[in-house]
Amino acid sequence: MGMTVAEKIIASRGDKDKVKPGELVKARVDLILGNDITAPVAIREFKKIGVEKVFDPERIVLVPDHFTPNKDIPSAEQAKILKEFAREQKIKNYFEIGRMGIEHALLPELGLTLPGEIIIGADSHTCTYGALGALATGIGSTDMAAAMALGETWFKVPSTIKFVYQGELRKWVSGKDLILFTIGQIGVDGALYQVMEFTGPAIRNMSMDGRLTMSNMAIEAGAKAGIIEPDEITYNYLEGRAQRSFRGLFSDGDASYSQVIEFQVGEIEPQVAFPHSPENTRGISQVEEIPLDQVIIGSCTNGRLEDLRVSAEILKNKKVDPRVRLIVIPGTQKIYQEALREGLIDIFIEAEGAVSTPTCGPCLGGHMGVLAKGEKALATTNRNFVGRMGHPESEVYLSNPAIAAASAVAGKICSPEEVL
Amino acid sequence: MADIRGKAWKFGDDVDTDVIIPARYLSTSDPQELARHCMEDADPEFFNKINKGDIIVARKNFGCGSSREHAPLSIKEAGISCVIADSFARIFYRNAINIGLPIMESPEAAEKISPGDEVSVDLEKGIIQNETTGEKFYAAPFPEFMQEIIRAGGLIDYVKGKLAEKE
Ligand code: SF4
Repeated sequence: MGMTVAEKIIASRGDKDKVKPGELVKARVDLILGNDITAPVAIREFKKIGVEKVFDPERIVLVPDHFTPNKDIPSAEQAKILKEFAREQKIKNYFEIGRMGIEHALLPELGLTLPGEIIIGADSHTCTYGALGALATGIGSTDMAAAMALGETWFKVPSTIKFVYQGELRKWVSGKDLILFTIGQIGVDGALYQVMEFTGPAIRNMSMDGRLTMSNMAIEAGAKAGIIEPDEITYNYLEGRAQRSFRGLFSDGDASYSQVIEFQVGEIEPQVAFPHSPENTRGISQVEEIPLDQVIIGSCTNGRLEDLRVSAEILKNKKVDPRVRLIVIPGTQKIYQEALREGLIDIFIEAEGAVSTPTCGPCLGGHMGVLAKGEKALATTNRNFVGRMGHPESEVYLSNPAIAAASAVAGKICSPEEVL
Repeated sequence: MADIRGKAWKFGDDVDTDVIIPARYLSTSDPQELARHCMEDADPEFFNKINKGDIIVARKNFGCGSSREHAPLSIKEAGISCVIADSFARIFYRNAINIGLPIMESPEAAEKISPGDEVSVDLEKGIIQNETTGEKFYAAPFPEFMQEIIRAGGLIDYVKGKLAEKE
């Protein structure tokens, strides 16, 4: 019996010929990530271990992105812990404001996340890097601390569910819609403890930006990772970017899966996830009149160039409805600059939207667009839990950037056709 | 291992980390400050109502969402002695073991325990006892490796021990 790509990666980093689901394996990690919320706790725990140095300063990345530019004194103190630790440990992959981006937009862009690698991050959306064929998964701060000391961590080998996406995407349908649809079908614990492997013609034809969006939300189905085997598109993306040599790994033809689920993507329309769960999805045609107070285009899910392009395509020569606040947040400085060059930022400002420097900000109700009691927002982010974007009695709906841009113009959730 | 015994507080499916500890309190990692806001968005009075040793009983996928260790930390620091659920989200599961918050997976116990029941737990044997009704439930015991982490008092002490062995 062969192995899945996830099993092969764990076997290779655990120096084993073969691993089976359920087995506990100690494995080397290729990269460890922390941010301004999780790394301060990890650094505190690391110091308790009593080792002087991290196992390898090249393989640790610290990104202050959640509450930065620092929103208040306590957050400034947290961010400072990262900065000082980076200096003390000679960690060069520390990204200050002006160079930074939202971690999961930034790391792939910099070629720090590569096929066949094991990447752990003290952030649940570390699973984003599965789009490049890595086994990437979120861990907690204590796990991060132990891994910074040892360069390895333990895994329970997960079983894998294979998702096959057949056919061609309809207009305005993107990776975001496929993943929202999938979570709607299997539920927020539908892939609990398991790996989601995304495959099929619709994935093979999908851009890297779209793939990153899909892998990003694997955690929203409870998955350990959301992996896409590398192909031409992956290798082209990594050309001139990859910071280490790498070797892509692939599932064997006779690998064993806990389930194989097939979707005809031609039947899927743009999706909207209703409060307060990403599994509460409906096709856009099934959405009744929902007036909005705020629209957010950004986050590690949909703050990439392709997302800004499609938003601008819809917002061009239009104005945001006067009742709505539109906030656009490019994922990284580079995306911001490219959007500026392409004239996208101008379109957002002409449309009377606000554009922010890269930050997680409103995605987790941190700053830069927190909701008041009773307010409703449509966001291109990944979570719409109770209180996620602010007041516990506010509501968050999730969609792709095209729906978000159109809805900002209409003042209510709607399809791009209604405003174009 | 300290005795685990207390009153049950019940919650439903998919209790997420934003409900356990909302991001608006994450500009600190001080456990006591976090404890004051534990479960606030599900029950604003939770911290004031519970007594030391009380037990959270919830249904499937407890702790889903973010990787913030602040979630199990706030629960532990609030004085909760154990969380019993049908199932746990995987990062929360790992974090709870790593910081030494006892957790138990038992769909049967999670279903049958009523709010306010007096519950006791034997972690090593995996036994959950409803002292109010007399019912007994069995949870799957932890793998040996995780028991070692728990016995060491959490992952950091476990790693310290391992590094000392190497020297
Ligand atoms: S953008 Fe949102 S989901 Fe992504 S890392 Fe930041 S807070 Fe987390």
